[in-house]
Amino acid sequence: MAPAISVNGTERDDLPAGLTVADLVVAHGLPAEGRGVAVAVDGEVVPRGQWPQVVIPEGAQVELVQAIQGG
Amino acid sequence: MADQVTQTGQHQVPAVSPLVIAGETLASRLILGTGGFDRMDELAAACAVSGTSMVTVAMRRVDPSQQGSLIDTLDRAGVRILPNTAGCFTAREAVRTAELAREALETNWVKLEVIGDDRTLLPDAAELLDGAEQLVARGFTVLPYATDDPVLCRRLEDAGCAAVMPLGSPIGSGRGIANPINIALIAEQAGVPVVLDAGIGTASEAAQAMELGCDAVLLATAVSRAADPVRMAAAMRAGVEAGWLAHGAGRIPIRTWARASTTPEGMADLA
Repeated sequence: MAPAISVNGTERDDLPAGLTVADLVVAHGLPAEGRGVAVAVDGEVVPRGQWPQVVIPEGAQVELVQAIQGG
Repeated sequence: MADQVTQTGQHQVPAVSPLVIAGETLASRLILGTGGFDRMDELAAACAVSGTSMVTVAMRRVDPSQQGSLIDTLDRAGVRILPNTAGCFTAREAVRTAELAREALETNWVKLEVIGDDRTLLPDAAELLDGAEQLVARGFTVLPYATDDPVLCRRLEDAGCAAVMPLGSPIGSGRGIANPINIALIAEQAGVPVVLDAGIGTASEAAQAMELGCDAVLLATAVSRAADPVRMAAAMRAGVEAGWLAHGAGRIPIRTWARASTTPEGMADLA
């Protein structure tokens, strides 16, 4: 079995293979246009314009962050 | 800008001039942190009554249980969003966070925060300067949260920061301006805007920052955790404006002994 991707430190074997960054964003209930949201795959920030094209590789470490309240 | 709040005969009182950072004009000299508000409507009301033009946000992992309307609220309020690097302990983390924020919020501006200690939340000067240099090189407009150290603030300015933001006292402490002498020195020497950031507890301290020569004040907790945040937001607006006016008006020198404002001449002999 292919190694699962990890999202924010959690192994996710529930996500289908071939998922794009855009798919991942929407799967987390975030707006597809992604205002306030950013994604890094294996430490590299993925520009928003590339979300629909970038397929998350097997075993990738994904960080999915958003703007929250803060000083 | 020829705005006047008051004009009486030949006497004119100017309206508070806008704050200019990196060529961008901000109408208000009060920057509001969004941390600590319990409700979005309270944050929106605080933005409105404070008159703020720019507010800070932080970046964190998406929490599926918490789909907030923060960005919508801020967009509706018409304020510029300044992401910070809160929680970062190293230049490397801060640079990564700034890059994520740039993508999330489509802004090159970042409040650079690199702390060195969990209990005091004081900046780590070495990591801060390193982070500032890296971010400037990557095209960011950097507003560093710094210690109240005139030498560090000069180094940050020399590194290309668009402003310097010395602390009044530790974040959230409400202890006001611990070292007003240093703050005045920083304001005096700086060639970029000086924003007093952190430690403000009440409106008189915001006024004091401006009286010392700061160009703006950044605060969050003092408003968001006040018993009545919206009323305190109004107080902070008034405090910043009062301090700006007082600084421009030129205060009297401090004297050891009294100096009568009424002439001693012409006293009736009532002895």
